[in-house]
Amino acid sequence: MPEEINLEIFNADTITEDLANETTEAAPKTYAPLDAAAESQAELSAEMKAIGEAYARALKGGAPAEIQPRLDYAPYRSSVLRHPTKSLHHADPETIELYSPAFGHMDVHALESDLTIAHNGEPLGERIVVSGRVLDGDGRPVAGQLVEIWQANSAGRYIHKRDQHPAPIDPNFTGVGRCITGPDGTYRFTTIKPGAYPWKNHLNAWRPAHIHFSLFGSEFTQRIITQMYFPGDQLFPLDPIYQSIVDQDARDRLVATYNHEQTKPEWAMAYNWDIVLTGSKRTWTENEALGAEGDDHE
Amino acid sequence: MIMNRSAMNKPTQLAPTPAQTVGPFFGYALPYAKDRELLAPGSPGSVRLQGTVYDGAGHPIPDAILEIWQADADGNVPHHTGSLVRDGYTFTGFGRTAVGNTGTFTFTTVNPGPTEAGAAPFIAVAVFARGLMNRLFTRVYLPEDEAALARDRLLSSLDPDRRRSLIARRDPDGGLSWDIRLQGEGETVFLDFSDAEGPST
Repeated sequence: MPEEINLEIFNADTITEDLANETTEAAPKTYAPLDAAAESQAELSAEMKAIGEAYARALKGGAPAEIQPRLDYAPYRSSVLRHPTKSLHHADPETIELYSPAFGHMDVHALESDLTIAHNGEPLGERIVVSGRVLDGDGRPVAGQLVEIWQANSAGRYIHKRDQHPAPIDPNFTGVGRCITGPDGTYRFTTIKPGAYPWKNHLNAWRPAHIHFSLFGSEFTQRIITQMYFPGDQLFPLDPIYQSIVDQDARDRLVATYNHEQTKPEWAMAYNWDIVLTGSKRTWTENEALGAEGDDHE
Repeated sequence: MIMNRSAMNKPTQLAPTPAQTVGPFFGYALPYAKDRELLAPGSPGSVRLQGTVYDGAGHPIPDAILEIWQADADGNVPHHTGSLVRDGYTFTGFGRTAVGNTGTFTFTTVNPGPTEAGAAPFIAVAVFARGLMNRLFTRVYLPEDEAALARDRLLSSLDPDRRRSLIARRDPDGGLSWDIRLQGEGETVFLDFSDAEGPST
């Protein structure tokens, strides 16, 4: 298998005519060094700006606000061949889809919510506490459910064999955490503030610092994976993944809030981020509404 | 958070947190031991669900991750914890697998039973991948009960050629084969469960 990131850029260039300004020749491209083939940030920014302006015009014309990212967002080059071209088919969830897999303290150890204690020494970087609540679209807490996170270390390096960024690996930081939400839907992780890191979407592409979050609701239809960002990041306007959410209010929902009240003196900075899943479709029993489901032992 | 009540006495929906792609680097975080084995391979009643995930150029995708969620063999919805630390005996109904370098995946599971009398049994599937900004939901139906398949609400609302993308093939060894095509010819039917008046995806 050739290096797959190169392969994708090759595919994207040949399939989507409107992406490249250059005329696409019939001759097959070779796997040129990325930097030679890569587009500039200015080109990508111009594309993102045009999409943003078209969205603003649509809003003015009465179109509804878009609350999710676009699956078809060409500035994120890897999406070009990976988004469905047919509309999603509207369906009513049935039976199994109206329930969620159950996770509990059998699945997750309490220590897994502290990413700074997985090794013998202290990881390098800014120690932070990230906490918030998981709610469904009706404002009900999602209790006793699984939250999984993963992230780069403070230097912007992932413990992943495909991450080739020449930033140091921290032997005291893996960057994976899990927890089970409390009865009021709260989650809490102690970790290290991740660094920004470069990627190969275009030349000089950098991802804003983020933590990946994976969440389950009370129904399988509420399953979501997303990313939490940090306030004030200068990379937001430049990042096609963040910008794939074309609505500014929706984008803002991915940005945590710094909380000085919760910041622990001489220890850790605190960030808050609440997560709202889509509304539930099932008629709930009283026990479920109180959060009694989802854990065998509590 | 502020919650208003509409005149219909239905709570106004809070705006959901948007999704973002799973990215390329989930491989050290989301997979776990026996994630794809809802029961032990080779144990009585076990079947293999296998397939390949393809992109719009027909190339296998090496960095997708799939989840399945299903009823047990009797059609009951499982309520047991223990999917992440499997005890080898409890059927939790949930499985997860990162695809291999050639885009292939394999789950060991059971044929789900019908959750209601006469219902067509299916497995719910969520698809995540680098390059995919939000998870895609779909279903894989067992091929046998043609009358139930013909009655199924979702399947009967689809064109016959698209309907095929949701029905597994039965392998000679009793397993199920089913491919996922994110785009293009034979594109898998992906589902939107949002309310009709609500926003899509």
